[in-house]
Amino acid sequence: MNAIGMYDPQYEHDACGVGFVANLNGQPSHAIVHRGIEVLMNLLHRGATGSDALTGDGAGLLIQIPDTFFRSVMAGMGIPLPPAGTYGAGMMFMPQDPVARTACQKAVETTVIHEGMNCLGWRTVPVDPSALGETARREMPAVMQCFIDGNGLSGQALERKLYVIRKQSEQRASRPPNGADGFYVVSLSCRTIIYKGMMIAPQVAKFYPELTRPDMTSAMAVVHQRYSTNTFPSWPLAQPFRYLAHNGEINTLRGNRNWMRARENNLDSPLFGDDIKKILPVIEEQGSDSANLDNALELLTQGGRSIHHAMMMLMPQAWGQKYPIGPDLRGFFEYHAGLMEPWDGPAAVVFSDGQHVGATLDRNGLRPARYTVTRDGFMVFASEAGVLDIPAENVSEKGALRPGQMLLVDLTTGRLLHDREIKTQLARHQPYRRWVDENRIDIHGFFNAVGGIQPDQKTLLTRQLLFGYTREDCQIILDAMATKGVEPVGSMGADQPLAVLSEKPQLFYWYFKQLFAQVTNPPIDPIREELVMSLMTFIGISDSVLTETPQHARLVKLKYPILSNEDLERIHQLNLPDFKNHILTIGFDRPASGKSLETALENLCQAAEAAVRADARILILSDRQLPQEQIPIPALLAVSAVNQHLVRQGLRTRAGLLVETGEAREVMHMALLVGFGASAINPYLAYETIADMIMNGECSAKIGNTKAIENYIKACNKGLLKIMSKMGISTLRSYRNAQVFEAVGVRRQVIDRYMPGTASRIEGIGLDEIAAEADERWRTAHIEKPALLPAGGQYRFRTDGERHLWTPETISLLQQATRTGDRGLYRRYAEIINHQAEKLSTLRGLFTFKAAAAIPVEEVEPVDTIVKRFVTGAMSFGSLSRETHETLAIAMNRLDARSNSGEGGEDPARYKPLPNGDSTCSGVKQVASGRFGVTAEYLVNARELQIKIAQGAKPGEGGQLPGHKVNREIARVRHSTPGVTLISPPPHHDIYSIEDIAQLIYDLKNANDEARISVKLVSEVGVGTVAAGVAKARADMILISGYDGGTGASPLSSIKHAGAPWELGLSDTQQTLVLNGLRSRVRVQADGQMKTGRDVVIAALLGAEEFGFATAPLVVCGCVMMRKCHDNTCPVGVATQDPQLRKRFSGRPEYVINFFHMIAEEVREHMAQLGFRTMDEMIGRSDLLDVDRAIHFWKARGLDFSRVFHRPAAQPHEVRCTSKQDHGLENALDYQLLAELGPAFEQKKPVRLKHDIRNIHRTVGTIISSRIARQYGHAGLPTDTITLELTGAAGQSFGAFAAHGLTLILNGEANDYLGKGLAGGRIVVRPYPKAAYDPALNTIAGNVILYGATAGEIYINGRVGERFCIRNSGATAVVEGIGDHGCEYMTGGRVVILGSTGINFAAGMSGGLAYVYDETGMFDGQCNLEMVDLDILNSDKDAAELRRLIENHVRHTGSPKGAAILADWEQAQDRFVKVFPMEYRRVLGQMSRDDEATEREAQEKE
Amino acid sequence: MSPAPQESGMNKERAFLDIPRQEPGYRPAEERIRDYRAVELLLDEQEVVRQAARCMDCGTPFCHGYGCTLNNVIPELNTHVYYQRWRQAFELLEQKNPFPEFTGRICPALCEGSCVVGLHGEAVTIRQIELFVAEKAFELGIAGPRPPAARVGRKIAIIGAGPAGLAVAHTLNRAGFDTMVFDNAHHPGGLMRYGIPDFKMEKRIIQRRVDLMHAEGVRFEGGVEVGRDISTRYLWDRFDAIVLAGGARAPRDLAVPGRSLQGVHLALDYLVGQNLINAGEKNDQPAITAAGKNVVVVGGGDTGADCVGTAIRQGAKSVTQVEILPQPPRARADGNPWPQWPMTYRESSSHKEGCSRKWNITTHEFIGSDGRVTALKCAEVEWKNAGGRLTPVEKPGTGFTLEADLVLLAMGFTGPVKGGMLEQFGITFDNRGLPVRDASGMTQQVGVFAAGDMATGATLVIKAMADGIRVAKGVMSWLTQSK
Repeated sequence: MNAIGMYDPQYEHDACGVGFVANLNGQPSHAIVHRGIEVLMNLLHRGATGSDALTGDGAGLLIQIPDTFFRSVMAGMGIPLPPAGTYGAGMMFMPQDPVARTACQKAVETTVIHEGMNCLGWRTVPVDPSALGETARREMPAVMQCFIDGNGLSGQALERKLYVIRKQSEQRASRPPNGADGFYVVSLSCRTIIYKGMMIAPQVAKFYPELTRPDMTSAMAVVHQRYSTNTFPSWPLAQPFRYLAHNGEINTLRGNRNWMRARENNLDSPLFGDDIKKILPVIEEQGSDSANLDNALELLTQGGRSIHHAMMMLMPQAWGQKYPIGPDLRGFFEYHAGLMEPWDGPAAVVFSDGQHVGATLDRNGLRPARYTVTRDGFMVFASEAGVLDIPAENVSEKGALRPGQMLLVDLTTGRLLHDREIKTQLARHQPYRRWVDENRIDIHGFFNAVGGIQPDQKTLLTRQLLFGYTREDCQIILDAMATKGVEPVGSMGADQPLAVLSEKPQLFYWYFKQLFAQVTNPPIDPIREELVMSLMTFIGISDSVLTETPQHARLVKLKYPILSNEDLERIHQLNLPDFKNHILTIGFDRPASGKSLETALENLCQAAEAAVRADARILILSDRQLPQEQIPIPALLAVSAVNQHLVRQGLRTRAGLLVETGEAREVMHMALLVGFGASAINPYLAYETIADMIMNGECSAKIGNTKAIENYIKACNKGLLKIMSKMGISTLRSYRNAQVFEAVGVRRQVIDRYMPGTASRIEGIGLDEIAAEADERWRTAHIEKPALLPAGGQYRFRTDGERHLWTPETISLLQQATRTGDRGLYRRYAEIINHQAEKLSTLRGLFTFKAAAAIPVEEVEPVDTIVKRFVTGAMSFGSLSRETHETLAIAMNRLDARSNSGEGGEDPARYKPLPNGDSTCSGVKQVASGRFGVTAEYLVNARELQIKIAQGAKPGEGGQLPGHKVNREIARVRHSTPGVTLISPPPHHDIYSIEDIAQLIYDLKNANDEARISVKLVSEVGVGTVAAGVAKARADMILISGYDGGTGASPLSSIKHAGAPWELGLSDTQQTLVLNGLRSRVRVQADGQMKTGRDVVIAALLGAEEFGFATAPLVVCGCVMMRKCHDNTCPVGVATQDPQLRKRFSGRPEYVINFFHMIAEEVREHMAQLGFRTMDEMIGRSDLLDVDRAIHFWKARGLDFSRVFHRPAAQPHEVRCTSKQDHGLENALDYQLLAELGPAFEQKKPVRLKHDIRNIHRTVGTIISSRIARQYGHAGLPTDTITLELTGAAGQSFGAFAAHGLTLILNGEANDYLGKGLAGGRIVVRPYPKAAYDPALNTIAGNVILYGATAGEIYINGRVGERFCIRNSGATAVVEGIGDHGCEYMTGGRVVILGSTGINFAAGMSGGLAYVYDETGMFDGQCNLEMVDLDILNSDKDAAELRRLIENHVRHTGSPKGAAILADWEQAQDRFVKVFPMEYRRVLGQMSRDDEATEREAQEKE
Repeated sequence: MSPAPQESGMNKERAFLDIPRQEPGYRPAEERIRDYRAVELLLDEQEVVRQAARCMDCGTPFCHGYGCTLNNVIPELNTHVYYQRWRQAFELLEQKNPFPEFTGRICPALCEGSCVVGLHGEAVTIRQIELFVAEKAFELGIAGPRPPAARVGRKIAIIGAGPAGLAVAHTLNRAGFDTMVFDNAHHPGGLMRYGIPDFKMEKRIIQRRVDLMHAEGVRFEGGVEVGRDISTRYLWDRFDAIVLAGGARAPRDLAVPGRSLQGVHLALDYLVGQNLINAGEKNDQPAITAAGKNVVVVGGGDTGADCVGTAIRQGAKSVTQVEILPQPPRARADGNPWPQWPMTYRESSSHKEGCSRKWNITTHEFIGSDGRVTALKCAEVEWKNAGGRLTPVEKPGTGFTLEADLVLLAMGFTGPVKGGMLEQFGITFDNRGLPVRDASGMTQQVGVFAAGDMATGATLVIKAMADGIRVAKGVMSWLTQSK
């Protein structure tokens, strides 16, 4: 599928289930193949199907060459095979067309001969197309196998030759006259072979009948079930690839590809010799991220490294200073960091070279990875536990991989190697640590503090003007960075024009928008999980990744990429012969034109190339000493041009690229410069400006010059981490050059030439305009010479600054219109907003409606039905005052439309209607990453449950409600403690990938089968494919938010620079859903700065059925756009909790109703003009949109909206929602059980049921809980009214939202999300009755247990995975050992851990208590002490509580370890560490003082 | 310097709640009515800083974007004041407002009417803060002359030295244009000098600014009436552009029987007379005095109030002010919501000095004896909605007479004085009687611009200044583009 309209296949994502099975002794057997397929079948729910339910996204398996089988079938064809291991077998997809197929075969044969081998023969693999779905069948290739004689070669040498043959064959087959589409080498190896295709698991063995033959044997099988966001048929993209199968996503793909390409010219390996040129290009550009990772792994493996060594190079674990690992291993990673940037992103990778099979997790460990080893030498590894039935008595080990860990089976020696053993061996393979220590050149040293700066005040203003400084840059951006060391925070949305529509000269940076992770991969929390993040960077990276020498470690090491003036000077003065540096000035000549800019860029690239060829190792691009007559080239353009030029020339890795620029000042600038290739940046003018501000007393706090610069650098670094983490990228090394930005309003020519690979969908400015804007700044600086910097006006309204849509005029007009019901005033308001011919602010402002046959407005559907399509935005009670929140709810309920609870729970009192019939119950209940107040009761009281993946103002970020804002009422509603800070993590910790959202949707549907489930996404390039994935995950509605939506508090750079306008995201979504045949099952909503009926009509034409408004209704309620929500000082009582200010609230439901009526009325008028009688007819009619030809704004001239207006051909029923998703709830185990629970529900009579359970039984207990909550509210039923005893491996989300009165006993094991949102129920997990292993040492449950739990208890007799009790706010848990990040973001509850924990325990933990049994005394090293104190049990109360919990644990689970501790209680209790959040301690102290005081008072009164 | 309030633990974010609005107030009435010196006091520095802290630094400042005609950057100004950054404050202020020492004294402060703090409380004392910054700048020498670095070599004649003409001259001069300001009065300032009483703005304030402009290169020619003393041709020959800023002095009169009686005067004639006396300038007209008289001021606006204060100072026996409109409400009416200028009942300092005010009063006739006025025949009116317009309807049986020895007509102005200069320049007028202008402020005569009240009709000083600045920019772009 090629790019068409807004759809571009490069933004497809996939994820899935992976696994392997192996005989540890290396003996091939057919059982392995059989069980591999069985694993695949049991991972089926992790895959997906598209509109054609029988066509899967792909499945397959990689096995060892089944020599016996091949030998027999080939013998049958009269072709004897040479001895095993001396021939290669290729699995190939071929064109169905016989002529093309013969040509491909010919190409392979010719290549084989050319490489000195000979082709033994071909075999057509028998397949059964009837096993396939229709779409897959239509695209089905011919499947053939080719056998190649090794001519004496075997082993790795033969593998290498086959690699060359494969690469050469691919090239030859694609050369004219072939140019064959449909030729794809699935595998070509003397060790492994792959069977895969566009299938779902059960089809694999049917399609390839030979897989069931008894002589089809292997000692291992790697399996993969794919879930792709798109549904376009692609056989080659099915996995496994030749060396690996991948669950997850590589976020840094663009950068990795760039770097690999940069290395190619200089690849050098004695093993390959001259053959090295034949394998280029290494990376298949058409391949997916996983395919490219496979390409890189293949290169490194063929280059002589072991496959696990290569894997660790590509996907290193975290190894920063805060990470507890040994120095040799750190040396290993540091050495390799100089060779290869990480391929970063969530990943569980299973890999095999035929002799080894192994698995690894990326440093964040966000994919599940469970394994079981049996006593008889078999092992299974998979994304879930329970994928194979293995008798418990035969199990010797049940484990899980932790972040960054690896597991390896050496089939040749028959050994299973665990992480430590593998890494210790590799770390000592070479003296890496010594090589690094001896060769590294440090720049930021401990003794080299930042020096003071003396601004040159005579020229400062001129230079500030030259680089476009505004007063806001100083007062808002730099002031906060310099005085506080943080990026400034703001509130409300971005209502200023896009850069391409602004009349003010814009810095080139402003034409770009940050990309961010949503759904298909998780963003990271750069604060709480800082230890996986790294800003370290190297200059002077070596070319050849295929060799290992001490020289490879000769690198300049920077701890972070922001250089102080001293740093730059030190680099400049590096008097090392092999570290020559060279300064290139970046200016262009006046008179300014695109031509002069182009010439300057050309010269710059040539000069850079010449310098590198003359052995300069460090290039410094500088605009510091430009002659007055020169205009600075936008630094981003210069950096990217040079970077790309050097990549093309194969020179990029030879030199570091430093930028010394006066232009860069805010975090976004730094991120762009690095993202497009800069190694480090010296923002000298920002330093000077700060120094000047200090001299003039213009900073908001008294601060020394040096400290201010340090703060500024710190703020830049923090900001960079934040921007990287939004995309889910952990290391700056892989962020560099990754180009994770989208251009909005830049012409393709500029992009293709200087920043290729960057998305830019609506064209826009070219070099002429870029030059003109730079020239305008130059003219201001040197000709106009104003006495003051310009106002700016980006962040606050200024009459001479950027235009805003919300102005004093529009605000007051709207308020008066809605208060008085005066349509005339509304019309004046709407005219100002809509009339954008002269005042361009938004993309839609450029649109016009095509002429159509108008109809009388009376024929258009009435206002009453139109308003039902309107919703108010998600704004939490907490960010809004109670008055505002309820006013909106009442208004929307009266309209039969929906308000949105936002992320913050809801007071159960609001679930009951008011006496006058009004209801304050929010129709939409949001489920966001913090899960505040998400109880079973909350979920059943909704008409819609909305999963907030991202928010327009700050996509990819979490949030924080500071303790002082958490008053009693908010704390009650959020199930937290008053005064304790609440942190929302950046990702949903149960959505790390696309198949996870399917799971959460399923969970929520179980929790309330009457509510529709919606997913809120934010517009960015590729959001359409994400939406397609979400539609496949069975969302009922998808909301596309614009980047410009509001916020109660976000970093300013996020408000302005992250995400794209909804016009782009919406059209992308509409087109992609239609192309995929998915549109009919899902409704689409749009929001983001919607203000008028015209906005609604445009959204409808672009494909939206529903429309969200947030800021405008707030304005109607009195908001005057103070943009001070984050200060709690809202002077109109809208966005504040201050009782004094809340009294000022003047909004009324009637005003809000007026507003929506007026909007609907305007919609009707437009509809009449367009000739539509119903809204339904209008949806997706983008053909009626056109660009307003009357607009002649010079920068807007280059814009091209044809892709946005593109309308894919489709059946009418396919352009809007006409059907319902099939949620498959009827198969839920709960329904089978419900039938027997009548007495429990009706008479509260205890009922106890027993049943078997398997991993395909997901979300067990949730439907029952929803029934309890519906009938009995949060209080539920009496404890143990319903007891379910289940035996087996439970599927994901076991006991999710379990309500009070429900007890779940699981004998066996559980997967991820156990006890998610636990809301009062009790869960007991204990090993299989016959298990012979020690439960305390083995893994019994997966990751992310008790996420967002509000009440209840859980007892687990065994170890569990990562992020145990994350965001727990009230549940009690006892467990015997946990993985990393335990109790993260916890705000309440009690946790007892009777064994070891992983690292980063208690990160972001602001409330509750944890007791950890610290047998080794090493716990403090594992704990994140930012927010907690570690105490001993310092009161009898503590000890008694702990003892009681352990007793409960032993009683429920029979835990031997618990019993042993109790038996030795006097000794044992001293080994417990009490983890006590500092803030919680303060609040509890306060509360107990208050209590004492109350008590005293009471006593005194008596 | 006094310790900065921001270092004394003040919570700036909540200052608008914690700190009450504080105005400096006036000198005691019994003292002030004995002289013509300024009646309003200044806030002290510490209080100014506290008051500035009350500013919420709105994301959408209505004061700046809705209230203030000059779009003074009030929130930033207040921040500078809060941090006592006087130089930065003044530079910022001056960028938008050429004469903050004038507006700081006599502007009704539209900004305060739309201040967000004023939405639920009392507005920030923006005018007083502005005034303080201006005076502080003069005190510290920051406001010293700033002649342009280079001269463009273009000459502009400005006719009229009122606020608009001065603003035009100031703006053009700072940009390097040569400016010559003509006025028929002897000293520049227009109505600010001759209309507004000293007790509202002392003339030394005007002179200080005129001196400063002079030092920066602006030339003034006083006592010259264009069209009479010099011809338009003279100006055409010597200047590249001409800006007409002669004000809107045609008074609205009261054409009722008895109008010609002695003792019935136009307010402006009265006020000018006293100002000339105070300035020691010669007056061609006989002086009008209120000493010992029953004074009735017809018209309830600012000019009327000025008459009240002046009459009191002259020793009037009684002062009564009548107004045909109803008494404005104490709080905003429904149709007059924030951020509009609040049409509420106000008392000027003069009213507090002893004056009776009557509303809904229409005057039928002046009664006199011996050719001198002795009383007014008045009646009460009711405002009724007639075809969408409120019109006064007399209430039957409410007629009464009002004793008066001196009647001052302060009923506003109808527009520029036609004939004379305007006629000689061949200026064309629209149906409101105002010169036809294009967007740059140019009349239909190429090269002749009109600015201020002359072009817009009578209005506030700040609006005249704003128009002057706008026209000055129009002149600049016309001169740089067309020639």
